[in-house]
Amino acid sequence: MKYAIFVVLVLLLAAIALANPFILEPAGFLAFVKRAAPLVILAAGQYFVIVSGEFDLSVGSLVTVEVVVAARLIDGNEAATWPVLALLLALGLLVGLVNGVVTTLLRVPSFITTLGMMLILSGAVFLWTGGAPRGALSQTFRIFGRDTLYAVAIMVVVGVAAVLLTRATYGRTLIATGDNERAAALSGVRVTRTRILAFVISGLAAAVAGIMLGGFAGVSAQVGQGLEFSAITAVVLGGVALGGGRGSVVAAMGGAFTLEAMFTLLNLYGISGALEYTLQGVIIIAAVAAGAVQLPRLTPTPRKGDAHAS
Amino acid sequence: MLSMREIDKSFLGVRVLSDISLDAEAGEVHALVGENGAGKSTLMKILAGVHTPEAGTISIDGVPVTFGHPLDAQRAGVAIIYQELTLLPERSVAENVFLGREPTRRGMVDRSAMERQTSKLLLELGESTFGPRDAVGRLSVAQQQVVEICKALSVDARIIVMDEPTASLAEHEVELLYDLVRRLRERGMAILYISHRMREIFDLSQRVTVLKDGALVATRNTADVTQSELVSLMVGRELSHYYPPRAAPEEKGEVVISIRGAGNATLHDIDLDLRAGEITGLAGLQGSGRTELAKAVFGAEPFTHGTMTPLRPRSVRQAIAAGIGLVTEDRKAEGLALRQSVGDNALLVSRAMGRGTAARVRELLSRVRLAPPDPEREVRYLSGGNQQKVVLAKWMTVAPRVLVFDEPTRGVDVGAKAAIHELIRELAREGMAVLMISSELPELIGMSDRILVLREGRLAGELPPGSSEETIMHLAAADEAAA
Repeated sequence: MKYAIFVVLVLLLAAIALANPFILEPAGFLAFVKRAAPLVILAAGQYFVIVSGEFDLSVGSLVTVEVVVAARLIDGNEAATWPVLALLLALGLLVGLVNGVVTTLLRVPSFITTLGMMLILSGAVFLWTGGAPRGALSQTFRIFGRDTLYAVAIMVVVGVAAVLLTRATYGRTLIATGDNERAAALSGVRVTRTRILAFVISGLAAAVAGIMLGGFAGVSAQVGQGLEFSAITAVVLGGVALGGGRGSVVAAMGGAFTLEAMFTLLNLYGISGALEYTLQGVIIIAAVAAGAVQLPRLTPTPRKGDAHAS
Repeated sequence: MLSMREIDKSFLGVRVLSDISLDAEAGEVHALVGENGAGKSTLMKILAGVHTPEAGTISIDGVPVTFGHPLDAQRAGVAIIYQELTLLPERSVAENVFLGREPTRRGMVDRSAMERQTSKLLLELGESTFGPRDAVGRLSVAQQQVVEICKALSVDARIIVMDEPTASLAEHEVELLYDLVRRLRERGMAILYISHRMREIFDLSQRVTVLKDGALVATRNTADVTQSELVSLMVGRELSHYYPPRAAPEEKGEVVISIRGAGNATLHDIDLDLRAGEITGLAGLQGSGRTELAKAVFGAEPFTHGTMTPLRPRSVRQAIAAGIGLVTEDRKAEGLALRQSVGDNALLVSRAMGRGTAARVRELLSRVRLAPPDPEREVRYLSGGNQQKVVLAKWMTVAPRVLVFDEPTRGVDVGAKAAIHELIRELAREGMAVLMISSELPELIGMSDRILVLREGRLAGELPPGSSEETIMHLAAADEAAA
């Protein structure tokens, strides 16, 4: 039940294979994984925020900012690659930190905080570029998103790190905070710090995804557009409860693969890419509605014997 | 006017009311008393149509009625003024009174008719301190009660239930409420008046009914009983439950926590020593500051002045680091992350405090007698008793020196109750200092090595182990029952 999303994923991959058997070959499959990698990483980051009971709507704009800033600062200069990469990660961290601090300490709902951050970042990019990004990425920079092995390796490393993190003390206390903040606080959990860190993780994930997309999709002011919704859709598709406290990061990443498979399928059957938004909208509403309807039915009545066990 | 006959009610197979009969005449104030959990609220909710009884009949003016929905009860003329007022603070008095039943003219709300009728009702109740256009949020609690009563009158209620109406009133407002109740009587209404306070019962009511453990103890004419008799009727019960033996004097160890002259907004001049190996019971009426004291010791609602050795915690983390734990009153809201596993809940404190994950979770779960000791199950599927054992396990992972229990067996079935009692005593015997709050006096008496009584935020006195319920009640409610 927890990993039902992978059944859906396999079915979708089978449907893709029917139209285009190339995906069954290692090269074809890896190409699919590479394409999905940035979204998988974003979904992993978004998972931490959603499981703590919040949202991060700023990741799409952050991806755009990362790519545009990278192109401008590197401007084809190979030597600048590594310092800029470090700067990009720091930028992701900083944006996450601001999101987290505003949400927790100033008590602005994260929906509003990160929506505001999204607008601020979009506006800043537009102001800075005048609508047309300048500069160019270096060859070394492009490898991370373009080279299949690099892209898949980064994704695997991020995925494994995310899984380990959810099993570590931090992840367990984060999920408990998302489930019942009051109980967590009265158990000694530093709920504010824990939540802020979730936003930082999401910001870092967006930075990594941005670095990969820069190489994969190229430099444009639209590169991150709509990714925040794709990430949230992926997480919800993976069965993670909006509102927090429930769901696995593996399923959230599975949700990202599934969403990418749906996009691929739409593409294969020549359906307009514009429908991608419609599809995500339907998925989000349907998944949340289904979750709401199913909850009472899925709740098993306590087994006999439990009640009086002593 | 009202007659409830042989009412039975169970929740999840647990009988909460059995064979209860209650009458109320026009122009009568009928007081309903009993300890917490006696069944007063459930009985009133049946009358209000919130719950449906399994057996028994309700009739009004001799006509049998069945209430499937609160609206049915409202139409039959029953109104309830709950302890927590249910008004909309941003709306005007008139809008609140006619909420959901606004008079209309040509499809639009007829404000002037609404305000006119509200004025009339206020006048009838002798209320002149505010008008129909005032925002409810700006009114005092006493004034808001008047609004609630207007609301009841506007639907032609003839039976009014008042659930502890003076609980949140200031002293001078109580007099106003008395006037109001008398006016309602004069209008020929039947009033069911729930209260803990002896003085009000004797001042206002003509008859009094005592409930205990979901059963009817007695209905008497108020003029024919004394306060002491009434207290005895409320608490007198046999100790049917076995409690573990108390600590022998040599088992009591050194003072672990010492509090002197401590206080905050609700607590004053608290002097309190907690000893290793000793269970200190804490009694007090609702609103006496019991939970506040627990939270102050635990740093959740810290003391703002006074001394506490070895440390006066300013935060929960400081308290936990100093070896203090709190088993909260409200398990679901404050104790557990319900959708997480037993293991994750049991490890929450040790993880939060960076003490690593105890490898011995399973052992702990057996130690608290969780059955089955399965760390993978989600705690929301456990019974109340098993959930409480998980909370205990959570604290035992960090081996606190002081554990505060706020209502440790609330919502716990009898079997698990005994197990929890034994565990608490076991922890004390191993050298833990225990502070235990309970509104169930038999439990408090059965468990405590000494009993402290809290009244209006102050410690009113200390009683030896095995004191009677009457003694405790008298001390807890001294201003009323001293007579």
